[in-house]
Amino acid sequence: MISRLTAPLAVAGAWAVELLDYAGHLGILFVRSLGGCVAKPLRPQAIFYEVWKIGIQSWLIVAVASLFIGMVLAFQSAYQMQRLAAEIYIASLVSLSVVREIGPVMTALIVAGRVGSSIAAELGTMKVTEQLDALMTLATDPVRYLVVPRLIAILIALPILTLWADALGILGGFVIGTMKLGILPSLYWKMATLPLVFKDLGSGLLKSCVFALIICIVSCFEGFRTEGGAEGVGRSTTVAVVASFILIIATDCLITAMFYFIWR
Amino acid sequence: MIEIRDLTKTFEEHLVLNGVNLTINKGETMVIIGRSGCGKSVLLKHLIGLMKPDRGEVRIDGLDVTGLSGAELDAVRLKMGMLFQGAALFDSMTVEDNVGFALREHARMEQPAIAQRVTECLSLVGLSGVGDLRPSELSGGMRKRVGLARAIANNPELILYDEPTTGIDPIMGDIINDLIIALRDRLKMTSVVVTHDMRSAYKVADRMAMLYNGTIIEVGTPEQIRQSSNPVVQQFIKGEAAGPIQEGMPDRRILSQWRWRPKPTITRGSA
Repeated sequence: MISRLTAPLAVAGAWAVELLDYAGHLGILFVRSLGGCVAKPLRPQAIFYEVWKIGIQSWLIVAVASLFIGMVLAFQSAYQMQRLAAEIYIASLVSLSVVREIGPVMTALIVAGRVGSSIAAELGTMKVTEQLDALMTLATDPVRYLVVPRLIAILIALPILTLWADALGILGGFVIGTMKLGILPSLYWKMATLPLVFKDLGSGLLKSCVFALIICIVSCFEGFRTEGGAEGVGRSTTVAVVASFILIIATDCLITAMFYFIWR
Repeated sequence: MIEIRDLTKTFEEHLVLNGVNLTINKGETMVIIGRSGCGKSVLLKHLIGLMKPDRGEVRIDGLDVTGLSGAELDAVRLKMGMLFQGAALFDSMTVEDNVGFALREHARMEQPAIAQRVTECLSLVGLSGVGDLRPSELSGGMRKRVGLARAIANNPELILYDEPTTGIDPIMGDIINDLIIALRDRLKMTSVVVTHDMRSAYKVADRMAMLYNGTIIEVGTPEQIRQSSNPVVQQFIKGEAAGPIQEGMPDRRILSQWRWRPKPTITRGSA
């Protein structure tokens, strides 16, 4: 009887310990990476290469996804707004949703899928082929050499991609609003930009910076702890993407709540 | 001089090193022999600080490397070089970048001096003119030699070889053996070689040590090892299945009962 009651508790406890252990390791890697960011030399060439790689890998898919989501948002809001004869507010609704929420979150999810997985796979392969050990025998810290350039690069690239997604999302809404719903282009533009204040753009960019940290630290950590050959690399890549997705959505909720309650 | 004292390492309750004691003199080539999976590579990784022991110490010129970290450990590592079993070349870089890595990162050398040093190291291992190739374009033997060139580029005092002849053809294996001997004779490097290739071990060793069940059971010159009265050593160096070492042997009872059986009939398309 007692064991029946305690068994679920034991499982929950073990799960909680594992979760705390994971969070602790992520925290340690985060602190070490931040330390590496302020130490010299920073390898600007590697940072530039990573920014270029992240941008090249993601700009097109971000553009296509944002454009279509902007369009879908315009269509979906048109259902409700037409009933109230308030189609003109579609512009404001689309721009606010895209800039505050959809732009940063969707871009982060795309980058987590494309870039996070490639980081985890690359570092994981380096781990299982002893390249990380080789790096250490050559007196080079893998965190400073591999994580820091990626962290700085993704902190630069993700906000830029988010702005790109914002612009394309608003454009998607603009296309539907003006060509399908009959709103005048100048009026649409005015209504789209009127409600936007610095806080909206700032919160979106703050989110994208936090998401960048999550993607990089989680992916690098999963890469570093890869064990067991090709299967292990595959597992790390999957875990990196899934963990990044969950943390991005959870953090988004937290930041949105923070802005709602603290900075209204 | 390297002094290994009471080195103990456990992986998830599996005792891999059980109080290893060994002294390696300056300028000598010590070959550590033992069966696959007996902990030879683990021992080697402790020497360069890639692993921390549960107990014991590794003193290199009097300094215990097991307690070092950060910049202190890096300073010790810069005096060492390591050739990995799979060469562990950085596949995002060219051969030239691989070999010159430590010089670019740590030595205060101009680019032309680094390029010259890289060319010298590649020539020393018989690989002139491959600097622009990627590791994926090299054969197994070439990768090992590039790994060796990278390990010696920084002019280390101690070089560690993890299975230097495994996975390459016998001729290339002998070339690697000659290189190990040449590096000891010309550059006066202390070498620690981990291998189960007895031909290679006899050729390069000044002294040999056999690791078995987590401890060093015999140390001596190649001739002393050949003459050893220890049956475990004799079984290993002769490569015989019969003897005191029985781990990993096939189940003789099942083997003796194994009979030819007709191949089962497989009917295609029967659902």
